[in-house]
Amino acid sequence: MCLAIPGKVIEVFEDRGLRMARVDFVGTVRKVCLEHLAEAGPGDYVLVHVGFALSRVDPEEAERTYQFLAELGQLDELQAPETT
Amino acid sequence: MKYLDEYRDGRVAAKVLAEIRRVTRRPWTLMEVCGGQTHSIVKHGVDRLLPTEIELVHGPGCPVCVTPLEQIDKAHVIAASPGVIFTSFGDMLRVPGSRTDLLRLKSEGADIRIVYAPVDAVRIAQENPDRQVVFFAIGFETTAPANALAVARAKALGVSNFTVLVSQVLVPPAMTAVLQSPGNRVQGFLGPGHVCTVMGYAEYEPIAAHYGVPIVITGFEPIDLLDGVLRTVRLLEAGAARVENQYSRVVSRAGNTAARRLMWSAFEVCDRKWRGVGTIPKSGLRLRWEFREYDAERRFQVGALETCEPAVCISGQILRGLKKPHDCPAFGTACTPASPLGATMVSAEGACAAYYTYGRFQESVTTHPVTTP
Repeated sequence: MCLAIPGKVIEVFEDRGLRMARVDFVGTVRKVCLEHLAEAGPGDYVLVHVGFALSRVDPEEAERTYQFLAELGQLDELQAPETT
Repeated sequence: MKYLDEYRDGRVAAKVLAEIRRVTRRPWTLMEVCGGQTHSIVKHGVDRLLPTEIELVHGPGCPVCVTPLEQIDKAHVIAASPGVIFTSFGDMLRVPGSRTDLLRLKSEGADIRIVYAPVDAVRIAQENPDRQVVFFAIGFETTAPANALAVARAKALGVSNFTVLVSQVLVPPAMTAVLQSPGNRVQGFLGPGHVCTVMGYAEYEPIAAHYGVPIVITGFEPIDLLDGVLRTVRLLEAGAARVENQYSRVVSRAGNTAARRLMWSAFEVCDRKWRGVGTIPKSGLRLRWEFREYDAERRFQVGALETCEPAVCISGQILRGLKKPHDCPAFGTACTPASPLGATMVSAEGACAAYYTYGRFQESVTTHPVTTP
């Protein structure tokens, strides 16, 4: 129910006083309400739930989390005995 | 798909798992709060990868599951009324009430329509001015702003043939109810990532401090979930009861203040009954007085309905983390997703439905001993 998926903002437009966007979810484009996410614009990834953009995906935080996890255990590998 | 695929990378998962095994010294019971997390955990088998010392129990965070029978029965009475177009998220159509479900009513001729976004129901109302259009506004804090938007739009555009049947619930009071329940086993939480995109996580800090439980706000992909477990176990092993944010790519401590302003413009806190659990004080939302003309319960005088819940169902204990689906004699026999008997089988995000869908008919036998370095 609380399913929310990231999509890329293609364009922003106005619909009777609401700030809306067309958002691309890997080929499927849907109209999304962007009114409550002032910081997001074209090119940004936003997290969308039932046609409502909840938050902008922070690319730096996403990269930082992923890199941190991907590098887990590398220090252990460094401590392994060297083979000649 | 960007921001999804990288969080499903098996090599990274193996590294996080190795780290979980390295840091785990004692047995711990963690609860993932959100039904979306439960579904992802069971689908990807995340729980079966963990060391046997770590048990995941499944929380009450499935709004479809916990919508009380009274509200479902009311929905059915309203949907069957002449001149009504009843709109709902697709998840609610198969949920059984005391006597029927929305899908069956639709097959009997009721005008029941699935909408993707709540504001779509307002458009249906505009297109059908001679009909009464009702939207079944269920959900947690994640959905509350979108539901509030529909009501606010109807008011702004002067759409008077639109009302909402509200069954909105809140996560923190449910977590508190779990922690206060006799026999509680939960020692740490994977917090609800998408709820926190709206609410932020400051309101979880007093819960962590008061009950001495770590809460790690966690995403929904397998690596997010494993990272959430790792962080929670680290905090537990260190004896630290605080809130951490695993899902920082979309969640901030402050959350989305604009969305919250919208939500509080239409809704206020009230006591709510949870299916399978009972009434939890201040655990839900109702329309504010200024929006009373959009309240379907005022427009349709449904009155008190006599509800009927199967006695065999143990969903209340499952929702509080006290039991697992295979502890129920009806699981997979009398009770299946096609003919569910109770809360946790009615939605794909319910623990019973997830166990059934992914073939978990027996107690899991995991063989992942903790390795000590």
